[in-house]
Amino acid sequence: MIIRKMLFASVAIACVAGPVSALADTSGKKIALSNNYAGNSWRQAMLTSWDKITKEAVSKKIVAAADPFTTAENQATEQAAQIQNMILQGYDAIVINAASPTALNGAVKEACNAGITVVSFDGIVTEPCAWRIAVDFKAMGESQVEYLAKKLPKGGNLLEIRGLAGVSVDDEIHAGIQAGVRKNPQFKIVGAVNGDWAQDVAQRAVAGILPSLPEITAVVTQGGDGYGAAQAFAAANRPTPTIVMGNREDELVWWKQQKDKNGYETMSVSIAPGVSTLAFWVAQQILDGKQVKKDLVVPFLRIDQGNLETNLAGTQKGGVANVEYSLEDAQKVISAAK
Amino acid sequence: MRISTSTIRLVIPAASLALLLAAVFYMQPRAMSYTGLNLLFNLAVPIALATVAQMLIMAVNDLDLSMGAFVSFCACVTATFLQASPAIGVLIFLGAIAAYAVIGIVIHVRELPSIVVTLGMSFVWGGLAVLMLPSPGGEAPGWARWLMTSRPPFVPMAIVASIVIALVTHFAIMRSSAGVLIRGVGGNVRSVERAGWSVIRIRAGTYALAGFFAVLSGIALVGLTTSADANIALRYTLLSIAGVILGGGEFVGGKVSPIGAVIGALTLTLAGSFLSFLRISPDWQIGAQGAILIVVLGLRLLLNRLEKREKSR
Repeated sequence: MIIRKMLFASVAIACVAGPVSALADTSGKKIALSNNYAGNSWRQAMLTSWDKITKEAVSKKIVAAADPFTTAENQATEQAAQIQNMILQGYDAIVINAASPTALNGAVKEACNAGITVVSFDGIVTEPCAWRIAVDFKAMGESQVEYLAKKLPKGGNLLEIRGLAGVSVDDEIHAGIQAGVRKNPQFKIVGAVNGDWAQDVAQRAVAGILPSLPEITAVVTQGGDGYGAAQAFAAANRPTPTIVMGNREDELVWWKQQKDKNGYETMSVSIAPGVSTLAFWVAQQILDGKQVKKDLVVPFLRIDQGNLETNLAGTQKGGVANVEYSLEDAQKVISAAK
Repeated sequence: MRISTSTIRLVIPAASLALLLAAVFYMQPRAMSYTGLNLLFNLAVPIALATVAQMLIMAVNDLDLSMGAFVSFCACVTATFLQASPAIGVLIFLGAIAAYAVIGIVIHVRELPSIVVTLGMSFVWGGLAVLMLPSPGGEAPGWARWLMTSRPPFVPMAIVASIVIALVTHFAIMRSSAGVLIRGVGGNVRSVERAGWSVIRIRAGTYALAGFFAVLSGIALVGLTTSADANIALRYTLLSIAGVILGGGEFVGGKVSPIGAVIGALTLTLAGSFLSFLRISPDWQIGAQGAILIVVLGLRLLLNRLEKREKSR
């Protein structure tokens, strides 16, 4: 009797639960994340977001697995090997934040040939068979100069802090800043250093170049370097210029302190690390058989004087201001591209 | 039956490669196929070439810390000049090989430590590479792409290429008189000099030959990746040194083994795949890779000691 009751009960549960899990055709699919670098707060937040959203998706049986892999040394050859290993491991989709837009193309092509869906984001790949979720980094660079032109109509000298030399993101933000300066000739870039998107590197680099520079009215940055620049200016006993921030928690805290102390004004812009979750949902949608355009654009996350406090409250200590994307957000981005 | 020392030197790397391969096949049976083997090993081909280049330098008791930067530079040349105007590309490569010969001469004449000179050169090569390709890009020459993605019958390209590289260098270094001279400079410079040979010429020739293999490594790499960037092969410096040591070479004394070096490069590549199949967290992967190296080297020390004990008996 008991066994029969249990059987009935389990049949009943199966009938109720069945339709729910049958909603997604992707419940048996495995997705892998191939990430090239985990050594800064942005990447850490990106991996945490991935973990949070994909664990939920796996427990809801939307996908069978969503495993993150990070290469140890941020080298394209190492990541190419990693992707080739993923092909052997039998994943159905690979989500990539690439070390190089072009050097992985050989491995990506192998994956496509094996029938695997490849979605790249942030650090995108140029291989035509892959999907790309790109940020308009150029517009991001340009928006900094536009903001400064509004705030400082008289213009002045700019110090530019660049990212990691030889990386495409650095080139694109730099190109945007240059375009902005061309449109607003009252600004002049008097110095440029590489801050490698890290506060300590930026601080050292800025401290090194400061003695040779005239008065600086503003600093244009790429994110992860604003706080270091502020420290370098303070250490050199020079007036603090308008430093554009990059959504890092330490930068926002510093900005908040200055704002409370003397009404310091600036803006902060970067892309949300949660873009990894958007890439995850896009990959899931493609596996689900949806028609998705190969090139998608994700908006960047901008913080202004007005919404500083709310964004700071939602940012983890040592983290980055973040947005996590849902399936609906991904569907919106996909339909916007059509 | 007596086993020669050089055979013993080869046994350990070959055995560790076989062991790793068995473990990978056990974990991922999919790898046990034509495509699977190719995916596992194709990125080892440029590493094997760079390892052979490093081995040549180590054969004359030097060390090349610019290997990674130089291979990156060659990759950039391949993806730009060699693709667009092959004649200029070949000229640049000849110039680069000549530069390697000059480095060898400078190191010899001024009695400079090779580590310092090549470390300095690594910035030169890196700078030139960034000048050529400020942002990643370029395109692989059609023939390089064809060669690296070719599908020979029965045995995948990666395996064929490894065997060819191993055999060619084995005959060049272990079986030719020039090879004896190169190893002689590493083993005992004075006796080579007394025998009437020009050591400076031998050293220049060795460096040039190393440069040649590094050029091949750059071309092979671009053939696989389809394009280049200025940082593409920076890992190769340490990988190539580790590959030589893993394959039974020594830092001094002209003791090198070309077949071992190629096996060492394959083992290092496979170790990476093995760890990723094990799902070891990336934070631990470098450490685990180091542990594999230490275990293999420890085994070799043990064998060396046994070997010595046999001799003294």
